[in-house]
Amino acid sequence: MDAKSEADASAKRLTRVDRTSDREMVVTRLFDAPARLVFKAWTTPELFMRWWAPKSLGVPLRSCQMDVRTGGSYRLEFGEDEAGSWAFFGKYLEVIPNARLVWTNEEDADGAVTTVTFEETDGKTLLTLHELYPSKAALEAMEGGMLPEQFEQLDALLATLAASTGRA
Amino acid sequence: MVQHAHTRVDAAFAALSDATRRGVLLQLARSDASITELAGRFRMTLTGMRKHVGVLEQAGLVTTRKVGRVRTCRLGSGRLEEAAAWIEGYRRLWEARFAGLDEIVEELKRKEQSDGREK
Repeated sequence: MDAKSEADASAKRLTRVDRTSDREMVVTRLFDAPARLVFKAWTTPELFMRWWAPKSLGVPLRSCQMDVRTGGSYRLEFGEDEAGSWAFFGKYLEVIPNARLVWTNEEDADGAVTTVTFEETDGKTLLTLHELYPSKAALEAMEGGMLPEQFEQLDALLATLAASTGRA
Repeated sequence: MVQHAHTRVDAAFAALSDATRRGVLLQLARSDASITELAGRFRMTLTGMRKHVGVLEQAGLVTTRKVGRVRTCRLGSGRLEEAAAWIEGYRRLWEARFAGLDEIVEELKRKEQSDGREK
């Protein structure tokens, strides 16, 4: 791969977040690998545990049980130790190997239904994660209800403010 | 609580939708200023500037303090950064997760290549 096409590829591997409606968030990202490998990394507990709780999250994933089939359930426990741990759990509503996963988030009445699709083209996989919340308020309680374009506008302004004096 | 925070965010964006008000914020980032100074700088009536500052104040972006007859304006607390951090946090989480997923996928790909296709 030459330098230019490599740069193009990495540019396309940006994580993009869109709020597509009052109740929906969509996150997309391109992976330079066939869908079956991305699916495998998503649905194999030992592999999943290595990426679902990045260091920046500040809390480790203690355990992960997944029964990846339609109607199967999953349970994730976060925390440093047993006393301070909390769980995320739900059911798989749909599992199509290497193509699609749909699950519920039942730890909270306001939990979303999450759909992940793996679309392979020319050996690369476009991953789309879609979250559908039960209401606008439920989504906004999760992430504040800001649209990315509003955020960009705000970000630009904040950068200018910070650069002008460093005062806040 | 969440509802309250959210109303604040809405107010902040409404406040930021106006070019003059954005200009006032940039001005206040350099130094505090009175309403009279701001009105002069933006070639505006005192009443007009008072309204703009009122909107910024309501949104928590600016605080004002009256000493004698002079009302001094300064940038508000870090509420704006706090609000912005919200969705940015969501994006960063997915970005960090997917960077990790990418590494594992690359690892699986290399393994498959060196083993020859398993299936």
